[in-house]
Amino acid sequence: MSYQVDEKGYYGEFGGAYIPEMLYPNVEELRSRYLDIMKEESFQKEFKELLKEYVGRPTPLYYAKRFSEKYGTKVYLKREDLCHTGAHKVNNTIGQILMAQKLGKNRIIAETGAGQHGVATATVCALMGMECIVYMGEIDIDRQAPNVARMKMLGAKVVPAKSGSRTLKDATNEAIRDWINNPVDTHYIIGSVVGPHPYPDMVARFQSVISEEIKVQLKEKEGKEDPDYVVACVGGGSNAAGAYYHYLDNPEVGIIAVEAAGKGVDSGESAATSALGKMGIIHGSKTLLMQTGDGQITEPYSISAGLDYPGVGPMHANLFTSGRGEFISITDEDAMKAGLELAKLEGIIPAIETSHALAIFETRKFEKDDIVVVNLSGRGDKDLNTYIEYFSL
Amino acid sequence: MNRIKQKLQEDHKLLSIYFTAGFPNIDDTEKIIVDLEKSGVDFIEIGLPFSDPLADGPTIQESSTKALKNGMTTKKLFEQLDGIREKVEIPLIIMGYFNPILQYGVEDFCKKCQSVGIDGLIIPDLPVDVYHEKYQKLFEKYGLINVFLITPQTSDERIKFIDSVSDGFIYMVSSASVTGSTTGFGEETRKYFKRINDLQLKNPQIVGFGIKDSETFDQATEYAKGAIIGSAFIKYVDKNGVSDISSFVQNVKALT
Repeated sequence: MSYQVDEKGYYGEFGGAYIPEMLYPNVEELRSRYLDIMKEESFQKEFKELLKEYVGRPTPLYYAKRFSEKYGTKVYLKREDLCHTGAHKVNNTIGQILMAQKLGKNRIIAETGAGQHGVATATVCALMGMECIVYMGEIDIDRQAPNVARMKMLGAKVVPAKSGSRTLKDATNEAIRDWINNPVDTHYIIGSVVGPHPYPDMVARFQSVISEEIKVQLKEKEGKEDPDYVVACVGGGSNAAGAYYHYLDNPEVGIIAVEAAGKGVDSGESAATSALGKMGIIHGSKTLLMQTGDGQITEPYSISAGLDYPGVGPMHANLFTSGRGEFISITDEDAMKAGLELAKLEGIIPAIETSHALAIFETRKFEKDDIVVVNLSGRGDKDLNTYIEYFSL
Repeated sequence: MNRIKQKLQEDHKLLSIYFTAGFPNIDDTEKIIVDLEKSGVDFIEIGLPFSDPLADGPTIQESSTKALKNGMTTKKLFEQLDGIREKVEIPLIIMGYFNPILQYGVEDFCKKCQSVGIDGLIIPDLPVDVYHEKYQKLFEKYGLINVFLITPQTSDERIKFIDSVSDGFIYMVSSASVTGSTTGFGEETRKYFKRINDLQLKNPQIVGFGIKDSETFDQATEYAKGAIIGSAFIKYVDKNGVSDISSFVQNVKALT
């Protein structure tokens, strides 16, 4: 059994494309062509070159000596925070903008929560000289002013999503509606391993460069390609999908997914989808999602905007229900502490999303000889205000 | 015989009205249905509200949000519809997104639909291939007609597949848009209507999206069997309440 997507676009029982007919031609065009386009030599060449020259890959696999000493195990940090724009998100937007060009599209739309994916999309649109419209919840626009300004500097138009709860899920709804209204010239760059097939698989493939590099780098440092564990935070789950990708079907490598417990899994203010979600349909995908008994999608909560999504990618839903992945949820408080600790021990200020992954070492014990790779998905610059307020810095 | 099929055999253009259950007030469902029938509407789409209605524009989304705030649920709607068949004969269709139906249990949902007298379903995010593979037998077992959408971008080949899976009518979306967003029909749209007409499908077509008055109704039904009004009716009841539904309907039917 494989944990990769199957021919019909499912991971176990999760995935598929539950979309209105209005979206079918767009999604079908992408589905029927994405693998062939990605295999083209010219595509691969351009993608790899941009990742190297523009994004700054490969990112280091850094042995965190002091952090490792403190927790009595060997911890490597995969430094996605050093990517251009400050997080792994750009790996996917580079891939998708090239895909859009191959499909002959000239207008790009995207959704964004905290603004990281919006910035990464606006960045590649500027790079390619393409029109860019980013949908963002009205509430998030207020909370994330610096990223809104960055997108504007990069030439993107930021459109407030005023419907529903006015956050990420509504921004996604608005982007989908835009795509329905503009079926011919527009490509929708989804920012995570969510949405209808082929998006989860396509985004995972673009992010898989993370584990591809880990294999090579770990071989150099430890003489073997496989760590004992790969750890990543999961909101929609794109950085995790990239970090797990080449290890999914290798049972020797433990997969640890860290979700945001918010103020506590049972507090009513949480984003721990594996613990709180039930199977359902969100944004065109069958997956685990947080919802009422009546099937209405509920609003999650996390101090980290990037983990604040009521669903999880279908790959992760399958990793959870099959038991292949170990799922841990971390509260706001423990995440914030872990972020501060990494800053003090290693001189790296992580994004609060990533801080959740770092927080597991307090409770999840590893053997002394275990090699644990943590995907350091993003840097903390965007979160400075939250850190300042939280710690009264 | 299923009431929708019977209605489709009548020799005139059909007018369907959509409303969101639970809007403007939680208990308006029965009154809206009864008054629509009295006003001479041919069939009714009852919108089961959803938190994230992807295919709908702002008018229907806002009415759904309000309906959910008012306390509308799947269970509540079925309670309201219990006994409706003692009051009306008009064909009734539930239009809802797939997730609430999945949570209710697809078979339980179908069974309940049959027992309260629902004739058909429109589930925009249940794709035709998934329906065909997994649910068609179930829907048929409970006498429910499932209605699929087509758009100007749908290929002839796919339209023919949808036609083969359908057994009632095809919901022809007038333009590439979400609900409530067009203003009249242009040349392009008329060409599309004609193209579909020329395919000689076995199922008649009912046009939806962008119909709001007698003029657009007439344009939409030049080639099609009927047309559906949604957002315009929601706007009307939002503004005027549900006391005088017949004037809205008369206004649409004025020229027909």
